[in-house]
Amino acid sequence: MIAEIGLAALWLAAALAALQLLAGFAGARAADGKAELAALARPAATLQAVLCAVAFLALLYVFAITDLSVRLVAVNSHSMKPFIFKLSGAWGNHEGSMLLWVTVMAMAGGLIALIERRLPERTMMATLCAQAFVGLGFYAFLLLSSNPFERLAEVPAEGNGLNPLLQDIGLAFHPPTLYIGYVGLSVAFSFAVAALLTRNVTPEFARVMRPWVLGAWIFLTIGITAGSYWAYYELGWGGWWFWDPVENASLMPWLAATALLHSVSVLAARDALRTWTIMLGVIAFSMSMLGTFLVRSGILTSVHAFAVDPERGSFILALLALYIGGALVIFALRAHTISEGERFNLVSREGALVVNNIGLSAILGIVLLGTLYPLLTEAFDVRVSVGPPYFNPVSAIFFLPMMVVLMVGPLLRWRRDEFSRIIKPVALVAAIVITVLIRVAIVNDISILSMLGLAFAAGLAVASFAPLFKRALHRTPLAIWGMCIAHFGIAVALFGMAADTAFQQERLVATSVGDVVEVGPWTGRLDSVKAVAGPNWTAMQANMLLSYNGGPELEAHPQSRNFWTPQMETSEVALLTRWNGQLYVAVGNQAEDGRWQLRLWWKPFVTFIWYGGLLIALGGGLALVGRVVGDLRRRRQAAEGFDDEDLDDASETVPTA
Amino acid sequence: MNRLGRYLSSMVLAIAVLAMPVTLIAQSTMPPAPYAYTQLDDPQQEAVARELMETLRCLQCQSQSIADSDAPVAGDMRHQVRVRIAAGEHPDEVRAYLISRYGDYISYDPQISTTTWPLFAVPVVLLLLAGLVMWRRLGRKGEAAT
Repeated sequence: MIAEIGLAALWLAAALAALQLLAGFAGARAADGKAELAALARPAATLQAVLCAVAFLALLYVFAITDLSVRLVAVNSHSMKPFIFKLSGAWGNHEGSMLLWVTVMAMAGGLIALIERRLPERTMMATLCAQAFVGLGFYAFLLLSSNPFERLAEVPAEGNGLNPLLQDIGLAFHPPTLYIGYVGLSVAFSFAVAALLTRNVTPEFARVMRPWVLGAWIFLTIGITAGSYWAYYELGWGGWWFWDPVENASLMPWLAATALLHSVSVLAARDALRTWTIMLGVIAFSMSMLGTFLVRSGILTSVHAFAVDPERGSFILALLALYIGGALVIFALRAHTISEGERFNLVSREGALVVNNIGLSAILGIVLLGTLYPLLTEAFDVRVSVGPPYFNPVSAIFFLPMMVVLMVGPLLRWRRDEFSRIIKPVALVAAIVITVLIRVAIVNDISILSMLGLAFAAGLAVASFAPLFKRALHRTPLAIWGMCIAHFGIAVALFGMAADTAFQQERLVATSVGDVVEVGPWTGRLDSVKAVAGPNWTAMQANMLLSYNGGPELEAHPQSRNFWTPQMETSEVALLTRWNGQLYVAVGNQAEDGRWQLRLWWKPFVTFIWYGGLLIALGGGLALVGRVVGDLRRRRQAAEGFDDEDLDDASETVPTA
Repeated sequence: MNRLGRYLSSMVLAIAVLAMPVTLIAQSTMPPAPYAYTQLDDPQQEAVARELMETLRCLQCQSQSIADSDAPVAGDMRHQVRVRIAAGEHPDEVRAYLISRYGDYISYDPQISTTTWPLFAVPVVLLLLAGLVMWRRLGRKGEAAT
């Protein structure tokens, strides 16, 4: 019954999307955005959000009670699974994740319909129309080819269970945050298309679009950071980024959203980069859809697997072609009607942001190429692999110049500036970078990329706070604090990556109980190995005692787990975290001579990678709060009849980054 | 795999085993691939082997290098890599050997060839394009001053 309610809610939501499409269209056509039908657009969007929430709750419910008559539950769940993984398992599969996608999209659409009142009504209606148009495609995909509520004629006695790698708290957080980011970009997409159609690319429009871009970007940042940490501790080998197509699928929208975030700020503050901002709005969500296509169509396992069972893949591919192609056609037809906007000098804040945008776009292009190229050649029966040895140096070509600009750019003034004005802070930062570079080059034998990474991280850490110098800190807008903290986060993450790559120590040994193992500054011994059992697994657990530089002994309990539905062996690592790094311990199989395979890594400052990611998201959060609060205050003052010109200017002198 | 190749590789293995220090021979009582989970004694050789392993694809897993995988195939390949590096082979030779055995797919480090040239051409084009856009947008100094 509950499953049927969920399905009915979904069909109703799809019907409302159709209504919203018509109502929005009628509104966008009317000169003032007001038509009889148009009044229905907002309620249709809001109600859709409610209905999708009902459908999603229905799915959670059938997973919570393990209703095995629902096909999705029978295939992906198991009655013995811990409760939290029953719930998170609801989106740990194709149909469930697409329902999550549609739900988030409906929520985002409902939210703009409910609270966004700053745009001209015509543009707003066109936005809702575009949002409904995109939504309809995904409703169709869900209902016609991926129905999550399908019933089974014969109810099986037990479910197949969930991939053990996914039975982790990571699954509860990583996909929802990532999807909120992915799908949040659909709002930016709809805004961009609507602004094109109604010829309304203005700074006011950019100010409306900015918080939505910022919000989606924050969730994307958190989602990628969480995903990286999850892969790090779950896969058991200490890697935190693999340039795997699935990871790239989440990185590409982030790169586009980061570029969009900066360019929308230029548009808001200076009325420049108009077409570029619109273009990025289209690209960002296109990358989200492309990522979904890559992950959901099965094309990554093999192009040929995709060709054998092409239904879902072709469906998403058709949606991709329709939306991306459609948006690009509109762009091509309308772009010439938008003038380029204000001009500026090379040495100016805008100039620096243009370099940032070009760099991010170029990296996006390289990641896109490296991800798609193997699929392309595979179609012609040539199999190549593109991995870290390609992505690292090639993206560095663009990343390193961007780092230089990132250190200098925030110090520059809008429109035009002189280098001589900021020569002192630039010289200081340059001195730091060069000093670190020389020191590292003399003392350590590490790769050139790690060296540059360490040096730039040090320089950027200082440079990121330089914009606060000589400012009255208590009067500094929150958005500027946000920018500084986000840039500092990049320095922190970069430091973590470079330090771990350069200084990681590895120890792979076969040990008997009582043997001493050393790795980096750590000394440990295997105290005992015993069997332990969980709700749906058994494990061999190694009990180790380890001390850092002869300090107190700490316990670590890595496990080698055996799940029984489905049958799979996983490694449950033990992590000992210090401020300056993490000890990573994994236990493998027992050799024939009775010794245990242990894998230990001392990873200096590896945690900084994820602290950095969180700082970047925190910076975004501060900027978002600052923008929204400032906007509310302006509106209240405008309502009370104050002249708010000064306030407006003050908050726009620095873009959020 | 032709017979000559197999013969040669077993020769190399035999030489490698003979060249190993005594302590390592004790460990080789752990069949079938003692170096799947054991490092080389010489830290410099191990570092070379490790760097190479990170650029070789595990054929059984999806998108993981053999340095990051529990799959038996990956373990076998780690063993092969370590033995060959210990025998004094250059990483490029080891990679070439593995490519000849398993195909280009095994290497994450694409080399310029008739099938992969766009991977290297496109970044160059992007670089030129980036330069062009910057020159066009920013090159015209003084316009903002008006």
